[in-house]
Amino acid sequence: MLSRTADHLFWMSRYIERAENLARLLDVTWQMSLVPQSEEAANQSWAGIIALNSLEETYAAKYSTVNGENVLRFMVSDPDNFSSIHSCLRLARENAHAVRGTLTTEMWETMNSTWLEAREKSFEQIVNAGIGDYCEWVKMRSSLSRGTTLGTLLQDEAFHFIRLGTLLERADNTARILDVKYHVLRPHGEEEEATDFYQWGALLRSVSGFEVYRKVYRDVITPERVAELLILNSDMPRSLRFCLSGVVKNLELVANSHSGETTRQAGQLYSQLRYGRIDDLLEGGLHEWLTDFMDRIYLIGDGISKDFLVPMAEAA
Amino acid sequence: MNFYNEMYDANGGVREHYKGYENWLRETPPERIERKRAEADLAFHRVGITFAVYGEEAGKERLIPFDIIPRIIPAQEWKALERGMRQRVRALNMFLWDIYHDQEILKAGKIPAEQVLNNAQYRAVMQGVDVPAGIYAHIAGVDVVRAGAGEFYVLEDNLRVPSGVSYMLEDRKMMMRLFPELFARHKVAPVQHYPDMLLEKLRAVAPQGIADPTVVVLTPGAYNSAYFEHSFLAQQMGVELVEGRDLFVKNDTVYMRTTQGPQRVDVIYRRIDDDFMDPLAFRADSALGVPGILKAYQAGNVTLSNAIGTGVADDKSIYPYVPEMIRFYLGEEPRLNNVPTYMCRKKDDLAYVLDHLAELVVKEVHGAGGYGMLVGPASTKEQIEKFRQLLLAKPDGYIAQPTLALSNCPTFVEEGIAPRHLDLRPFVLSSGKCVNMVPGGLTRVALTKGSLVVNSSQGGGTKDTWVLEDESC
Repeated sequence: MLSRTADHLFWMSRYIERAENLARLLDVTWQMSLVPQSEEAANQSWAGIIALNSLEETYAAKYSTVNGENVLRFMVSDPDNFSSIHSCLRLARENAHAVRGTLTTEMWETMNSTWLEAREKSFEQIVNAGIGDYCEWVKMRSSLSRGTTLGTLLQDEAFHFIRLGTLLERADNTARILDVKYHVLRPHGEEEEATDFYQWGALLRSVSGFEVYRKVYRDVITPERVAELLILNSDMPRSLRFCLSGVVKNLELVANSHSGETTRQAGQLYSQLRYGRIDDLLEGGLHEWLTDFMDRIYLIGDGISKDFLVPMAEAA
Repeated sequence: MNFYNEMYDANGGVREHYKGYENWLRETPPERIERKRAEADLAFHRVGITFAVYGEEAGKERLIPFDIIPRIIPAQEWKALERGMRQRVRALNMFLWDIYHDQEILKAGKIPAEQVLNNAQYRAVMQGVDVPAGIYAHIAGVDVVRAGAGEFYVLEDNLRVPSGVSYMLEDRKMMMRLFPELFARHKVAPVQHYPDMLLEKLRAVAPQGIADPTVVVLTPGAYNSAYFEHSFLAQQMGVELVEGRDLFVKNDTVYMRTTQGPQRVDVIYRRIDDDFMDPLAFRADSALGVPGILKAYQAGNVTLSNAIGTGVADDKSIYPYVPEMIRFYLGEEPRLNNVPTYMCRKKDDLAYVLDHLAELVVKEVHGAGGYGMLVGPASTKEQIEKFRQLLLAKPDGYIAQPTLALSNCPTFVEEGIAPRHLDLRPFVLSSGKCVNMVPGGLTRVALTKGSLVVNSSQGGGTKDTWVLEDESC
């Protein structure tokens, strides 16, 4: 497969996954903002979204205050914000367009009509119809993309690069959500407050983990178990371990003569998740552990780029 | 002016080969047709069968309007047309071989040498290069129109990167999807095997000694106006769609960058003009091409399709000599008519053209796509005066032809069904001795009342083209 084709496929799936995760996060934050709380506390969680995506500077350049409406506008439909849902859907479609011949008709038509519909929705229309509806729509479109991929695409290299993009992006997003929320919820390991149940519930829901948690633990929600579920559970589709397991598998399937080091790094990270215990992870500080995890995910993504997607010019 | 109508004869009777369709059209409730037209529009948008228009907002894509009334060609008529096309393309390929080798036709004085050798489209770098099977234009799109009493004329031979074949295929697919019953009633010759035929031709002209050649389609990229077609053809043939940056040349051999390392490329169906193919040989500012590819090509390590330098044979200043080529190389009389052409570089012709601007069509010698032309009868005095100045300033840049009474065909337009002018671009595929075509081609239709310009960039639409297999009509 052409390196450029693999590159477009990889980024197409990353952007659509990114849009979905963003929709999940905004949806939950929106719901949480409806719980009685001080204005300061509410704005703090909106600020958290900006921080989560490392967009403080871009945001400050356009908006003077942090509040729900501004942050939603910025993250949902601002075309100047390359991380907004609008931009992610556009970039996903642009990448798909560049390799439409590699996609199945169903995949391409899904990607294309997602963008055509997204383009028609103004922020005002979205707000009027309800943010929740919009986030639900984004999630469904992402599910549809994944579904057409699984249901129609030959499981060859193209498929593997699409999976790599999806899983790497998801691992990164889950880690980010956990990092920010965990930090907000348990700044110094203080006594839990009354709203915590809702907060933890919201965090779980943002990764479709609420029902899963009930099923796995059949017990009250505790921060340690939330972390365990989202990091170490082998069967939860949005956990870090699940994602890394897929990354390793797909990397092995596309391996070439110089991808050994990237595969090793991914395998090593996976082993930590495969054989790690939550107590050990938490002992050194979850924030520290997650920061390290995100750095390593970044390096793996970089390695994939160098090994497969933009190879040295005359490496003949 | 009297126009030949494809569906009705001079007395208003329905022509034999249109009877079945005309019946169906009368029986079908208008609401159903309206619904189907809307359905077609939606489907073309969703599938993304669009083209980009130069000069409009970057990245903007438009649909080419699709008309649901097909252009029908009876079997006998097609046979004659097909024979004429094959003859013409065979002669054009022989001409290209000749002028890039011994130049017999110039020595014989059939074409003024300076017309060829000083032509901007003549590529001296191709002199003496032996291309596989002696074929230069593997894919030709020959534009024909019907005039007067219905006789066909060749308007131009597109031998560089003719486009439109994807619309021919998509139009057929759409027609079959919308009105399957029509295909049960008519024996319409199939066209869907075009991509297979194309792949077979491309494989047949691979460099010698390559048993299983790697074929690719080379596109300028996703923002090119014909990108849909490039990606469509690559997908249909099951080959890679590459951009210049995906390829590189090492030891005069072309490779593509793949996830598994470099892979050799043997045949390139390129949809990039000569000028942009190799920044080391042609335009140095081209970011679309592949540095060093010309040398690889000259060394015979890769086949370019079409060959470099085919433009010299479809140039409008060479066009008037095509009948002479057919006589010279094949010893046959041309089966298809050429349009009488005034070459403005000739003093007498120029004088005549200047005197008759209001009746003539004036074209730039190197123009294409319906840009930079004057249709005398449809132009204002100011436009004509502007062209007069252009002609006087650079006479050798123009040719002129009588305004042909292009045939028309009933077409859905805003005010209902009305006749609109059309042309036809059949696609002619060549490799070695075999010249093949799928029956039909792309029919383009000028949607503006009275307009004779059918180019999609000028608001033209398309129709499905049916060649009937029933010999009785």
